Amino acid sequence: MRELTFVEATLEALDSAMARDPSIFVVGEGIGARGGNFNTTVGLFDKYGPERLCDTPISERGFVGMCAGAAMTGTRPVVDFMFFDFILDAFGELVNQIAKMQYMSSGRLKMPILLRGAIGIGHSAATHHSGSYYPIFAHLPGFRVVVPSVPSDAKGLFATALQSDDPVLFLEHKSLLFNRGEVPEGEYTIPFGQARVAREGTDCTLVAIGSMVDKTLAACERLAEEGISCEVIDPRTIAPLDMETVLASVHKTGRLLIVDETFQPCGVGAEISAQVIDRGFDDLDAPIRRLNGAHVPTPYSPTLEEAIVPEAAEIEQSIRDLLAE
Amino acid sequence: MPESEQLLALYREMLIIRYTEEQLARSHQMGLIHGACHTYVGEEAIATGVCAHLRPDDAVFSTHRGHGHALAKGVSPHEVIAELFGRSTGCSEGRGGSMHLFKPEVGMMGTSGIVGPCILQATGAGYSFKLLKSDQIGVAFFGDGAVNNGAFHEGLNLASIWKLPTLFVCENNMYATEVPFAYSAGNPHVGNRGPAYGMESLTVDGNDVLAVYEAAGEAIQRARGGEGPTLIECRTYRTRAHAEGMRDAGYRTPEEVEAWKARDPITRYNGWLLENEEAGPETLAAIEAEVKEMVADAEEFARNSPWPEADTVSEHVFSQR
Ligand SMILES: Cc1ncc(C[n+]2csc(CCOP(=O)(O)OP(=O)(O)O)c2C)c(N)n1
Ligand SMILES: [Mg+2]
Repeated sequence: MRELTFVEATLEALDSAMARDPSIFVVGEGIGARGGNFNTTVGLFDKYGPERLCDTPISERGFVGMCAGAAMTGTRPVVDFMFFDFILDAFGELVNQIAKMQYMSSGRLKMPILLRGAIGIGHSAATHHSGSYYPIFAHLPGFRVVVPSVPSDAKGLFATALQSDDPVLFLEHKSLLFNRGEVPEGEYTIPFGQARVAREGTDCTLVAIGSMVDKTLAACERLAEEGISCEVIDPRTIAPLDMETVLASVHKTGRLLIVDETFQPCGVGAEISAQVIDRGFDDLDAPIRRLNGAHVPTPYSPTLEEAIVPEAAEIEQSIRDLLAE
Repeated sequence: MPESEQLLALYREMLIIRYTEEQLARSHQMGLIHGACHTYVGEEAIATGVCAHLRPDDAVFSTHRGHGHALAKGVSPHEVIAELFGRSTGCSEGRGGSMHLFKPEVGMMGTSGIVGPCILQATGAGYSFKLLKSDQIGVAFFGDGAVNNGAFHEGLNLASIWKLPTLFVCENNMYATEVPFAYSAGNPHVGNRGPAYGMESLTVDGNDVLAVYEAAGEAIQRARGGEGPTLIECRTYRTRAHAEGMRDAGYRTPEEVEAWKARDPITRYNGWLLENEEAGPETLAAIEAEVKEMVADAEEFARNSPWPEADTVSEHVFSQR
């Protein structure tokens, strides 16, 4: 099969959706003729023009609030933040308006707005350009939160997001954006709330998110040489979260480690463990473990940055520790 | 007109910024700078002309293009270069890099990776100083891009209604990354927006250090005297790419860049000093040589500085008192 990057994969999904549905438009800084800071809209400006590829001033609260109004009145905005960190300037619009609009209007209004941005730690981007923040949004009723880990999922999930009538956050890790992977031709969708089993195994279950999936698979590869068999689950969407797949796996393995770059307190791992304890307590042969990025703002210097992100070797050690429990 | 000693100090400060930026650009190409690097080349007259009036206890709040502000406010090239190299001797101990330069000891309250907050924080500094009955002032430097952000509207209004001792310095270099200000602003004149908020405002040639010096001097005097804030638009141009390593084509013409290079603030000021016999060529050459050596020394210092220790990474999340 042909290989595409994440960026090329979602661009394909965006292009075909825009060709079919004239109500889709994209806003963001440099997403017009420039084609997006991360090349997320390359070529679309020439095809669809400045009204549908709308370069904005640096007015995050302004254009997010504006897109809420647009979504309530018949169009389907896609907001491209380049770095996801910039969404925080629009937090009030998101939490008080966008997430609650359908509920407040008793379902008479829809909120088909897609908010995308690059997340994650790396390349000394420092603390204003390294945020992920998805647990914050997953905490709130009303958001769909997508964090893909391979280009084929990115394309299918992005296509689903473009058809959704709910607000969707689509978050890609910066270190993945230009990774290549096999991507099917043509249009297809992947439903939200359906995890992908990235590797099958019997000794322990690993739930890994976003950029942690590849690192976790690398750790499992090493352990496999010693006959240790790990199962790796990529939830793909944090909200909704596919607990059935996790519970079925824990039922088989009896052990669970959650690997996530974002902060541990009140995070995705905390939610997954609580649900496993609630519904799969009897399946557990060991305490549930979590491995996260350090609970600090992101430092700049490479020596500090390295110290806060889980790497394959650390994941491998955590798996060994879990198996020794 | 400033004293001749001050005239030469302005020249020297602009050179410190220029040579440091050129060094950072070379270092970036060599891979010594791990993160982003937005240079201030072409805009040196603004930070220089404004900060010449500031005391160490005045508070400067800056942007992503902030090396010049830090240097002009008194952070040494050694600490700036070391910070961009990610070393523990940097002004933010390697935690911050280009967009997070801090040295509160000299009133450098931070550069920022987020466009906008500096305007509000400088307003807050003005509030503090008014409350404390001090004659300190808060200064915000920001680009034309920030003018379209809600922070600009809210900050200027707050400073105006309470007559805060705050100076708002807009560095209008005509583009926000690649988006022209003429496209993104319904009113592309910043210098005439003051009256909309009930405050003084004006536009100056941001490539003329004496014009900036004079305008800032008056505004700062008013602020210190309790007469409230001023908005100064400085028309300028960045002659390098938005950030090092980024493409610099497709959104502006080479002719436009060349035309602005011909208005280079340092070359112009050099010519002015000679023409008006404020300094001879030897004096200026001696300053150039001294600053070149200082920056070379700073680079060497930075390159030989230690990395931050990984086990310090969790320090300072909270107050350590
Ligand atoms: C809130 C926010 N949105 C977007 C960005 C991304 N960004 C960084 S610099 C920049 C352009 C800034 O233009 P301007 O304010 O004119 O400053 P200049 O770079 O021209 O000096 C943008 C959009 C950001 N840093 N912060
Ligand atoms: Mg600008």
